[in-house]
Amino acid sequence: MSSTLAQQSPPKRRKRPTRFAGSIALFILPFGVLFGLFYLVPILYAVYQSFLVVERDGTFGKAKEVFGGFAQYAEVFQNGPFWESITRVLLFGVVQVPVMLGLSLLFALLLDSPLVKGKKFFRLAFFVPYAVPGVIAAIMWGFLYSPNLSPFSALTSSVDFLSADLVLWAMANVVTWVFVGYNMLIIYSSLLSIPTEIYEAARLDGAGQLRIAFSIKIPLVTPAIIMTAIFSIIGTLQLLAEPQVFRSFSSAVTSTFTPNLTILTTAAAPNINLAAAFSVVLAVTTFILSFAFLKFTQRKAFA
Amino acid sequence: MVIMAVFTLYFLIPIWWLFVAATKDRSQLTGTNPLWFADINLVQNITEVVSYRDGVFLRWVVNSLAYAGGGALIATMLAGMCGYALAKYDFRGRDLLFNVFLGGVLVPATALALPLFLMFSQINATNTFWSVFLPSIVSPFGVYLARIYAGASVPDELIEASRLDGASELRTFFTVSVKLMFPALVTVFLFQFVAIWNNFFLPLIMLRDERNFPVTLGLYTWNSQVNQIPELRSYVLVGALLSIIPLIVAFLLLQRFWRSGLGAGSVK
Repeated sequence: MSSTLAQQSPPKRRKRPTRFAGSIALFILPFGVLFGLFYLVPILYAVYQSFLVVERDGTFGKAKEVFGGFAQYAEVFQNGPFWESITRVLLFGVVQVPVMLGLSLLFALLLDSPLVKGKKFFRLAFFVPYAVPGVIAAIMWGFLYSPNLSPFSALTSSVDFLSADLVLWAMANVVTWVFVGYNMLIIYSSLLSIPTEIYEAARLDGAGQLRIAFSIKIPLVTPAIIMTAIFSIIGTLQLLAEPQVFRSFSSAVTSTFTPNLTILTTAAAPNINLAAAFSVVLAVTTFILSFAFLKFTQRKAFA
Repeated sequence: MVIMAVFTLYFLIPIWWLFVAATKDRSQLTGTNPLWFADINLVQNITEVVSYRDGVFLRWVVNSLAYAGGGALIATMLAGMCGYALAKYDFRGRDLLFNVFLGGVLVPATALALPLFLMFSQINATNTFWSVFLPSIVSPFGVYLARIYAGASVPDELIEASRLDGASELRTFFTVSVKLMFPALVTVFLFQFVAIWNNFFLPLIMLRDERNFPVTLGLYTWNSQVNQIPELRSYVLVGALLSIIPLIVAFLLLQRFWRSGLGAGSVK
């Protein structure tokens, strides 16, 4: 095999040898090695762990890990709280992501239109919450929702934002508050890169601002919107900081409120192997959903 | 205009409230108008927070700066080099490698946290600075941004010219290409800085000793102890205000660079 290759390929290969192979390795290896260590190995290790089960020699015997096949996965699929938490974040995402991205797009279009003055100020004011880490934002809003501390006590004493019915949407508000400005900026900078001649041509054809927005701007920034949507989908399935913080404000947030909280609780139990299986299932779910979204929107964008 | 004004209030009132609350002493926190100042105790409050438990808060801030600042700097350099090589050199397996790295963008950081914890505990390295720092210096999204930006902004002719002048590939990268890629590199730096600064799951499961905590985890633990130690409530508020200042400063200082780099990510 190698000898036939060697006989056939040299003329072809020598035509285009890889130039600067040493330099390329020097450029790529540092990242590549660390990527392997801190991305590929952990993924493989989680998969490996998820196939083990803990066995004991008798009730008080020493625990040892043995290969258990799909035993952990069978448990994952029978685990009610885990699937409830997945359903919960999916419901959260179906409402929160469109609202957030809709607002981001609206603000980006307004910033880009001649209607709004003081663009610099608004751009900054809307973006400032992004500088607040999720944990800190959740703590702040936790105080704002608490009846005795809130500046809006008239509102918070009549509506219990931290009740079982509303706490999910109270968190949705925190996430929206943090990320609207950030997504707005990504869409806005993509708007800025549209050549102005296109607008002039459209105006000559008699198109108004609204028409230009819908027929030109939105289609052209679709890739930016898709990117922000994918990051939002990933973020939604990974919700952790907000529910974890809200547990100290509201008893309605259980230890299995979101998939990541379930994983954390399971790992602390400690049931590492089941937690690993949860992680794998969650990562695969995230991957499938973002990939499906990408394929779906691409088909729509090019249809 | 009206829409923009209303939403400005929505975005800024919580931060205004935090600022006002941080200036009050404990009794005024509940008794006075939450959106306006009472006696200004800001300096005294800050002194209390900073000196509480041997100045552990300052240590958290320094930790956060080291995790996020140092981590983002190294991450940017590694991602910049890798993305540049993927954009500017032709070699076998280039597309495969790029797709593998790009797949890393879709892998949620929290899915990695648990296996990373297990790996680090195998070598008895959990609860150390490095257990949080090392995983932070890998940024697949940075490679993606750097590759796109290098492809668009570093002309092949310039690299050839530099080669004719006798410069090595590495030297060409560091003297010529880095300058052209600067907006993208600042964007990568800020993305990664924010990602590390905000990262919660990894430090939460990795660290036990509070002296290694980043400021977010520290404030989180204070907040969860409020019921036992009531004075922590105002410390959390003052600490939260102090902890968001570094990010706002970083964004303001670097904004003229990162804004031109931000659009690069959406080129698909």
